[in-house]
Formats: sequence, structure tokens, C-alpha cells
Amino acid sequence: MAAHRENPASQDASNVSATPGVSCDEAIERRIIVATQGGLPLVPEPWDEVAREVGLPVDELFCRIRVMLERGVIRRIGVVPNHYAIGYTANGMSVWDVADECVDAVGEFIGALDAVTHCYRRPRRLPDWPYNLFAMVHGRSHDEVRQQISDIADRIAARFPGACRSREVLFSSAILKKTGLRIGGAAGNVQQRE
Amino acid sequence: MNRATAKGRAPVLDETDRALINMLQGDFPLLRNPFADVAVRLGIEQEEVIDRLQRLLDQRVLTRFGPMFQIERIGGAFCLAAIGVPEADFERVAAEVNAFAEVAHNYRRDHALNMWFVLATEAPQGIAATARQIEIATGLPVFLFPKEREYFVEMKLEA
Repeated sequence: MAAHRENPASQDASNVSATPGVSCDEAIERRIIVATQGGLPLVPEPWDEVAREVGLPVDELFCRIRVMLERGVIRRIGVVPNHYAIGYTANGMSVWDVADECVDAVGEFIGALDAVTHCYRRPRRLPDWPYNLFAMVHGRSHDEVRQQISDIADRIAARFPGACRSREVLFSSAILKKTGLRIGGAAGNVQQRE
Repeated sequence: MNRATAKGRAPVLDETDRALINMLQGDFPLLRNPFADVAVRLGIEQEEVIDRLQRLLDQRVLTRFGPMFQIERIGGAFCLAAIGVPEADFERVAAEVNAFAEVAHNYRRDHALNMWFVLATEAPQGIAATARQIEIATGLPVFLFPKEREYFVEMKLEA
């Protein structure tokens, strides 16, 4: 077990099997990601198991994870529901062609609406794809989602007249894969512990 | 039409399952015995929390349990991508695309662009390289839709 590193900033890099060119902190964060990306073990002391795999005392693991949460490297810790299985059988990706000068204002506006679970600005791919704003809308039926999107369109039109030129909704009809992030490859050599 | 649908028999969830799912969408505690803490909040035993989570994962009601990463914050990248797949080739292309470890998830959607997936790579240049490999494997153009800006949302679904 890699021992006594009270202060991450003053750590001795020779203790860590870091990838060349990667700082010691990054190498440890990477090991934490590799150890947990497949999910936490379902045992009474899951973090102890992760700490053993990463090669850190559990208290230091907690410190590292808190820092990763603060920096946003970890967005949150918990479960990811399959939205179909919990009744949200309709998952609509609404896409909007919004004038560039107001796309951010419109994005902030609709991101704040309850029906919207993700909202991003992305590049257009003309001529195939004129849409630059993506907002995921989940509901219990396609009709409910269509109604929500129609309400959103009305609110955009009222607040930003003329800004939105066209829209579409793409419903998902099958989950083809949902494994989440998998890093590894070159990571393999930082997995082993002493 | 015989394409796979996302529907099908949904497992029956009881009140405790729903409470557990709702509670754990936010902050799983950083404690030595985190399941005991969750158990107290739910009014059940720790073993039951673990058993329920295992069952919900086995039933695919939950697709993951653990930390969710934003790989961009450590120099990696995520990117949404899409392909317009001819209907007759859909299953072959899905298998080819899903075989890439960089494909984190993949959805079929009703549109001319009918396959939408997310690439996750350890370095930003990995996105274009992986997209190119997918184009070679499938023989189809891959459209990349990198996130230019993310707007704030509350990301929870009530079970």
C-alpha cells in the first residue's frame, strides 16, 4: 500500500507509477477512474475495496474524491436509471435552429425548464443538419413529450420573437449500448498496486 | 416492422425501490459504511439496500452505480456523433459501432440520422481519430456534434 501522503501537493512522484508526462495527481485520479468506471462494488465497505485497488488509504481516497467532485472531474456519485424502466418511455431529443446571436440566451432559458434534462449548443452540419441547440426532453409518452416541446416553442417565440427558425424532435426507439465511460488501454499499466 | 423497441416488460418497482433510486441519483455518501447510512434513511437494513441495488442493476433498471465522470476535466473528451444508417444495414453497423470501447452509449432515433452515440476518449484528438476508424469500419460518414456550450439543468428523473 502506498503510505503516508498527507498533502497531495507535496507528494513524492517516485511512489506512483505515473504515465510519463502526466502529473502525479493526474495519475492518481486516473487510477480512481479506472477502478470505479465499471461501478462501485456492492459490499458493505465499497470505498475500502476501491482504496485497496487504487493503492491509497481510504481517508486519502475520500480527500481525492472530494477534490474531484469540487473540480467537476466527478459530476456526481450515484445511480443512473434506465429511464425506460422507470416509466420515462419517451425520450425526445429536441433540436432547434436558433439565430446565432441569441442561441445562448435561448439555451439558458430552456435549460431552466423542468421538462429539459440536458441542454447543449452544438455546431450545425449544413446542409444536412441546420440545428444548433439540443435539449433532451423525457416523458411518459411521445404525445406528452411533443406537447412539452410545443410548449417550449411557444415560450421561446414569446420571449425571443423570430429567433427560432425551425425545430424537430428525434425519439429514441432503442438503447443500442449504455456502458458509460471506459478508459483503459494505456491505463492498464497504472492499475497494478504494490 | 420488426426493429427492436425500447419498450417491453418493465420490471415492477415497489415504493422502496423508487425511494432508493431517487435518493441515490444525488450524493452517495463518502463514508466507510455508506449502505448503512442509506439504509437508515430508507428505514431498511443495509443488506436489503445492497440486495435491491444488485437486483435493480441485474434487471437493468439501473445502468450504472458509481461516480459519473466529466473526462474533459482531466484532458479527455466526450463528443456526440451520428450516422445515417441504411435500414437494411442497421444491425451490422450497430455491432460495428458498439464494438468500439470509446462508444459510451448509443441510441437508435427516428430520423434520417438514425444512430446517435457518444464517444469518450482520453485525449481530445482521440475523438476525430475514433470517428475516422468508425467511418472505415462501417463505410458510412460520421457527423460529429461536439458540445460548444452546456446550459445548466437539474439532471434528475423522478422514479
